[in-house]
Amino acid sequence: MIGATSTIFSIVATLVQVVLLALLGPLLIGFMAKMKARAEGRVGAPIVQPLRDLRKLLSKERLHARHASAVLPLAPMVIFAATTVAIAISPLVTTRPLLGSSADVLVIVYLLLTGSIAAALGGLDAGTAFGGMGSSRAMTIGALAEPALLVAVIALSIQSGTSNLPSIVSTTMAHPDWVSGPSRLLALVALVIVVIAETGRIPVDNPSTHLELTMIHEAMILEYAGPELSLITLAEAMRLGLFFSLIANLFFPWGIDTNGAYAGLALGVVALVGKTAIVALGVSLIEIRSAKLRLFRLPELLAGGFVLSVLAVVTGLVTR
Amino acid sequence: MVLLLLGLGAGLAAAVASGALPLRPRVPVAASLGAVGCALAFAAAMRVLVTGSVESFHTMKFLPMIGLTLSLDPLGAVFVVASALVGFAACVYCIGYARGGLQSRTAMALLMIFIVTLLAVPVAASIVSFMFCWELMALSSMLLILTDQLHSREARSAALWYGVMTQLGAASILLGLLLITVHGGGQTFADLKAHSSGLSSTIRSFAFVLTLLGFVSKAGAVPLHVWLPKAHPEAPSPVSALMSGAMVAMGVYGIVRIGADLLHGGTTWWWVLVALFGAASALYGALHATTSTDIKRLLAYSTIDFLGLVLIGVGAAGALLDTGQPGAARLALVAALLLVIAHAGFKGALFLGAGAVERATGTRNLDQLGGLIHRMPGTALLFALSAGSIMAIPTLSGFSSEWLLLQGLLHGFADRSTPTLIIMLLGIVALALTGGLTAVAFVKAFGIGFLGQPRSSGAANAVDVAPTMKIAMALLVLPSIVIGVVPGVVMPLINRAATVGLGTNASSPIAKGSGLVLSQLRGAIQPAELLMGLVLVFVAIWFAQLGLAQRRARRVDAWGCGRDVQTPRMQYTATSFAEPLQRVFADVLRPQSDVEVTHVAESQYYEQSLLYENQVRDVLEQHGYRPIIDAAIRAGKSARRIQNGSIHRYLAFGFVALLIILVVLA
Repeated sequence: MIGATSTIFSIVATLVQVVLLALLGPLLIGFMAKMKARAEGRVGAPIVQPLRDLRKLLSKERLHARHASAVLPLAPMVIFAATTVAIAISPLVTTRPLLGSSADVLVIVYLLLTGSIAAALGGLDAGTAFGGMGSSRAMTIGALAEPALLVAVIALSIQSGTSNLPSIVSTTMAHPDWVSGPSRLLALVALVIVVIAETGRIPVDNPSTHLELTMIHEAMILEYAGPELSLITLAEAMRLGLFFSLIANLFFPWGIDTNGAYAGLALGVVALVGKTAIVALGVSLIEIRSAKLRLFRLPELLAGGFVLSVLAVVTGLVTR
Repeated sequence: MVLLLLGLGAGLAAAVASGALPLRPRVPVAASLGAVGCALAFAAAMRVLVTGSVESFHTMKFLPMIGLTLSLDPLGAVFVVASALVGFAACVYCIGYARGGLQSRTAMALLMIFIVTLLAVPVAASIVSFMFCWELMALSSMLLILTDQLHSREARSAALWYGVMTQLGAASILLGLLLITVHGGGQTFADLKAHSSGLSSTIRSFAFVLTLLGFVSKAGAVPLHVWLPKAHPEAPSPVSALMSGAMVAMGVYGIVRIGADLLHGGTTWWWVLVALFGAASALYGALHATTSTDIKRLLAYSTIDFLGLVLIGVGAAGALLDTGQPGAARLALVAALLLVIAHAGFKGALFLGAGAVERATGTRNLDQLGGLIHRMPGTALLFALSAGSIMAIPTLSGFSSEWLLLQGLLHGFADRSTPTLIIMLLGIVALALTGGLTAVAFVKAFGIGFLGQPRSSGAANAVDVAPTMKIAMALLVLPSIVIGVVPGVVMPLINRAATVGLGTNASSPIAKGSGLVLSQLRGAIQPAELLMGLVLVFVAIWFAQLGLAQRRARRVDAWGCGRDVQTPRMQYTATSFAEPLQRVFADVLRPQSDVEVTHVAESQYYEQSLLYENQVRDVLEQHGYRPIIDAAIRAGKSARRIQNGSIHRYLAFGFVALLIILVVLA
């Protein structure tokens, strides 16, 4: 019966992860907006504002552009599904989620890439100038960020001897000295750059702009309205939550449940909320202190991230 | 063996039938016979893969004095499977496609001969049989490039480039093979294998490098790739599918057969060389694929990219075996072979899809396409699935095979010798970078070609193609799904082929099951379970949206920023989509852009017309090959000066030459 109870635990834990991230993602965005507002001397919207916006959008009318095909409504579903599955199998509050054995580095990276591809196709579907511009820019940044992400996580997996994320997390907990090693630190910096690019934060993209010539993500989803916009925004928020959680758990896994106990699960939830809040604080500090880069300066930043991640692999090989 | 011989016979019968039959029954009869031949060969290859047996055949009747030697072993069988898959689909496709050039007697007969040679090359088991099939394959495909557009300058230039490159390659291969027999011994592959261990390492290395040069040029490896992006786009689409899906893989087959099997693996630097070719091709091909606007040229460059990944796998396998890591070596080789099969499926389907687009709209230029999803929904869906597979979307075949390759490379890091580490690092960097670039290329191909609004009248008036063409594409999408969702099912088969390639019987690190679980090493994916998860979320969203007040969306005009008129010309095109990346990689791609502005006579602040030209040429062709060709032409021109047609002068030449010979010999 041990097998059955642990399966039930895995199902519960996976559901907890998905629901938690669905709430945590928008809240983190609200938290970062609040931090930014405070730094600028404003009161700012409440932290729960993104969640309210999502609910508001659900009650709006469904509108489709005239020349759009089935891709337009399908894209948000694909982004949401890919992100949700990536969240479900990642080690976020426990190292024993359902299908955790499939939580390979490549699976997570390519599930996230699947979301980016779907978003870019959604942007192209209506056949407008803005959609195409957003898609083109988002894919350019994605094409440069994705290799850095993959190689940075591979640097960790070489150290742990496995590319399975839950195993990477548990081996890291067994070797606390790894965390401060040079390879990890290089990979961490690379990953932070990637996460800022992939989640569209300053200095890569400005999530609060609607100025035509500077926007990337907002241009891509310009044709979305109502419930579909709500779904795509929720999926993007969850994606941000997943990225922040991965930074937190891959580099500082303590607090995560490893034994498959419900008490540990509760602790894992608290720990994850705390750790991602710290990551969000760090990202909002970067946002406050920097200006948005010109689009054609971005490749230098991302190439820097890629070089750092390759260096992380090399140092990992040299220092083992 | 009987099955395979029947298959080859059916293919030859198809060639004869296409020569003999009148126009109306020609294409259906020949194509059906060809399809039967492919099906028989497929069955024969699958039997060998399942049982692991080796079947041989020898006859003196076919090639006089020397005879034809065939031998079907699991390694060759993998490539026969790839050829048979694409060949079968190409035959079915032809029934709806053949019109114009391709339905002529010569063209149909050549196509059937091409398919037969593709099935025969991996089973040819002696130098003469191998070179015979190899050359026939090159010759028939070269002529096929010309069938659709005999009078176009591009097609003739493509055929010439291809002919020269493939002949140089074949000469190099022949020299290499002859070098193995330098100390005597028979000319069958079995003899070569037995004798090669007695050769000095210098001779073996020379033989390997010579054959390698020939084989990588067939596999389209940079810098010997220049023929490929010319030949693939100009050939009729079923021929492009065969060339890209099956023929280029023969280069990989040759490397594994000669290097790993007949020459017993050799030394590590051989495989470093292979992996270097692979990494260069992967990056160069992926970059050019992102900026190509001709859809078939894009696919051709992506073939270079993908074959590069295969070569990385082969190189990693050879190096890891050499440094005593049979487990990781097996993973890498299995990954390479799986990539070959997966590539045959999705690239074949993509070329057939591109052919359907060309047939329906009259153009291959993505900048002229758009909105085809509304007019050709079936083709769009099949193209999207294949594109998803090549972009390595999880639960499709590109993903499963790239995952295996990554596992092979990761586990290779356990090794501490520098050459292996370099291969592993290069491989991972190439795999990571090409992943992102491939996504851009195929989002562009599908998003610009099939979505949005039509950018030309050809695209606006497109009519969906014949059902047989779509069936053919669907047949090639099938392997993408099978290998993607249940990769474990084909693992035992590919494993047998890898055993031949590696020459060791070490047990496979891949456990039995529908997914991919590594037993000695740590790593696993269960694509079927991932797919179930994805479907579950889809169903959940579906039910959730039933709770919405409004079920059907209202159609409105797209947001135009306050402008009333939005024309299709305002959309992003393929060129503008790739422009940011083209700018980022301008140092490698060296794009040539020209802007020409004509002002109105009254004021220079108003423009009358604007001409923008943007071209990305192949840098290696421009700066690597052009100087050599120009020098050869100059040499030829200066040599012409001594030939003025005067018989006296020629007699004098003869006399002087005779004198020189006498002096030298004396």
